[in-house]
Amino acid sequence: MSLPPVIASLSRHKLTALLLVLQVSLTCAIVCNVAFMIIHRSEQLHQPSGVAEDELVMIESSDLDQNAQPLVRHTTDLAALRAIPGVTSVAAIDALPFNRNDWSNGIALSKDGTAITSATAFNGTQDELATLGLHLIEGRHFLPDEYIPLDSAHDWAGIDHVSAAIVTRALGQKLFPGQDPLGKTIYAGDGPTRIVGVVDRLTRPHTHEDDSNDYATLFPMLPDTNEIIYVLRTAPQERERVLKQAASVLNRLDENRILQHAQTFTQLRAQYFQHNRTMISLLVAAALGLFAVTAIGIGGLANFWVQQRRRSIGVRRALGATRTDILRYFQGENLLIVSAGIVVGAVLAYALNLALMEYYEQARLPPAYPLACALSLWLLGQLAVLGPALRAAAVPPVIATRSA
Amino acid sequence: MFGYYFWLAIHGLKRNRIITTLMILAIGLGIGASMTMITVLHVMSGDPLPGRSQHLYVPVIDAKPAHENLPKRATPDDDLTWPDAMYLLHAARAERQAAMAAGPLPVHPENAAQHPFFERGHYVTADFFPMFDTPFLAGRGWTHDDDEAHARVVVLNATLSQKLFGSAPAIGRSVRLKNVDFRVIGVLDHWQPQPTFYASIDERSFGRTDQFFLPLQTAMELKFDVDGQLSCWSSGGDARSSDHCSWLQFWVQLSNPASVQTYRDFLADYWREQQAHGRFPRPVDPRLYALMDWLSYQHVIPDDLRLQLWLALGFLGVCTVNIVGLLLAKFLRRSGELSVRRALGARRRDLFLQLGVEAAVIGVAGGVLGVLLAELGLWSVRQRPDGYAQLAQMDPAMLAGTFALAVSSSVLAGLLPAWRACNITPALQLKTQ
Repeated sequence: MSLPPVIASLSRHKLTALLLVLQVSLTCAIVCNVAFMIIHRSEQLHQPSGVAEDELVMIESSDLDQNAQPLVRHTTDLAALRAIPGVTSVAAIDALPFNRNDWSNGIALSKDGTAITSATAFNGTQDELATLGLHLIEGRHFLPDEYIPLDSAHDWAGIDHVSAAIVTRALGQKLFPGQDPLGKTIYAGDGPTRIVGVVDRLTRPHTHEDDSNDYATLFPMLPDTNEIIYVLRTAPQERERVLKQAASVLNRLDENRILQHAQTFTQLRAQYFQHNRTMISLLVAAALGLFAVTAIGIGGLANFWVQQRRRSIGVRRALGATRTDILRYFQGENLLIVSAGIVVGAVLAYALNLALMEYYEQARLPPAYPLACALSLWLLGQLAVLGPALRAAAVPPVIATRSA
Repeated sequence: MFGYYFWLAIHGLKRNRIITTLMILAIGLGIGASMTMITVLHVMSGDPLPGRSQHLYVPVIDAKPAHENLPKRATPDDDLTWPDAMYLLHAARAERQAAMAAGPLPVHPENAAQHPFFERGHYVTADFFPMFDTPFLAGRGWTHDDDEAHARVVVLNATLSQKLFGSAPAIGRSVRLKNVDFRVIGVLDHWQPQPTFYASIDERSFGRTDQFFLPLQTAMELKFDVDGQLSCWSSGGDARSSDHCSWLQFWVQLSNPASVQTYRDFLADYWREQQAHGRFPRPVDPRLYALMDWLSYQHVIPDDLRLQLWLALGFLGVCTVNIVGLLLAKFLRRSGELSVRRALGARRRDLFLQLGVEAAVIGVAGGVLGVLLAELGLWSVRQRPDGYAQLAQMDPAMLAGTFALAVSSSVLAGLLPAWRACNITPALQLKTQ
């Protein structure tokens, strides 16, 4: 089969062919970007947080007694929670990945220096690292005498006096590129703080699009507000029971409090990414819908063309063309149209990507996406045209002798 | 004639049942998806305070340091510090003005057997109620004197009043918020503008309501917890009352363009005056956002929803191109038949009408399917756990508009093929047969 006759024939259906090219190119442009978004959002859905996600449950307690001593109250509560069978470790903390409760500080390398970046402060009682299941890759845990209260009554002044910090690997690299952050001094508040340890990973309460997602500091500061999050670590299958028991244990200790958001970390994560999951399913539906409509377009058009050209097909057959020749003709025609659509579509895809980068902070489209999209459209086109093409191949030569 | 064309159209469509069904399906899907998203965005871009919104403004003055090295935020932070808000409030250069902040507080029911619970509310100043024209079921708001006297009074919304006092009148009763007793002086009639435009805008601006309102100065004196962003660019002293932490929202009422200009000048003067005291290091650039502009500037409609709308419209676009292509191929295939009609004396416009009717039949069928799918789509939106979900309803006007748009778009899609097909040269076509 050679292309010139195909082109000659298409030039007699210029408008129709152009419309099909337009449709294929629009589909290609949209699906490329949609696929990119799907992959990106799925990655977000599965990004690790650094904590032992399957083993954590949490409960928020708000003490209503204004004269209570929060530090004393937390110690009592923690002791009672630790006694629940199946609980391996507990901590009172003020922030968790995905809980949207973010206290970020600018981190400078000198007193009153310009902040290099901002990082979330995670503060908690002594068992915080063990309870969350953070991986200390360098340095040491906090020493008991390093712990001071957050001093929330005086505008969280603890941050000006805290002596030690554990940072995430990502933050360490940001602050001290190419160096070992261990032992270095940072300024989160007014006073110097020494980095005594580095954890592999700890995601912030709000996710961020770039490396700053993991910019977190852990400080040996005890939360001293009436509102507190208790985190309990237990075996995955024990979580529901421990959660129920935790609520009743806390209520039994002191009725004058409000307990909220009793949930597993898995639930917290699911809630945080609920939007993302809705969006992913919509994007998948849109991509499939576009492919389906384009398949309808290709198949439908081929169907009409086959009907229209029955006589010419008959003539070609009578003049010696084999069934395979006819089949190849329609397949070749489709290949040509879809290829033209893909070329235009790839250009459109990048134009659309530019617009998305402008308005939605989308990253640049990697070339793999247009390539994958082109492959699937070629395949889709060939599949959609196969039926009508086979019907064309089945046209008997005798048609040539009959009038239309 | 029209009836005959209609019969012809049905007959013509029946000849390619599968393709016709697929065409209707495609256009229906495109219209259904677009209409779902257009409706969602339409209800979300509605005016939360019709009749008043054009006179309400948010003044934005930026006290932050000149070189602030903070990461890029999704929404801009345009809150005021306590001293600035108090200055604007007491200067009283607008017709009305109010400063405010959100605060969740534990509410203690009178009945000790009931457990305390958290409720969302707002700390506001006196003009809040007349400025936003809040509907009172009973009682009233408080006065400027109450503000200055740090009065312990509260205005409840109907739901909380019901929950605390049942159907008994709430005015004059006492309600314990956190650890302080407040006297109820007003009850609002289920006032829940959507979005809660006066609060700082975030992903939960739709679907939440405030159940109590108490004087801001009182809340400040009692050191009540404040919800929302607190951004500081320096340290020392009490953050809430300091001049280096912004956290308050501020609204003014300005009824004509002249007063808007005067107020902007007033803000600029204040900015310059503060610069003389070493504050407000950034170039003088006070801004006043009208309510609706403020909502769009603050991205009250989530970016994801806009993206969904564009996606739906893109899908409709592809579906339309698809229909145009298929109808064109279909009509051109009938060149022979059309040439015979032309040769027998039918005018171009007769053929055009005939083919137009055929396109319209597909359009109407696609439109009906589209409206059904849109209802289904809106139902699925209402199942989302978002605050805006419950707003996703189609009103009759929207329904009529939807249907008109559906039919007109697919008829328009049919016009090009119809016009192209009725422009064939009869003689040439007949000769080739």
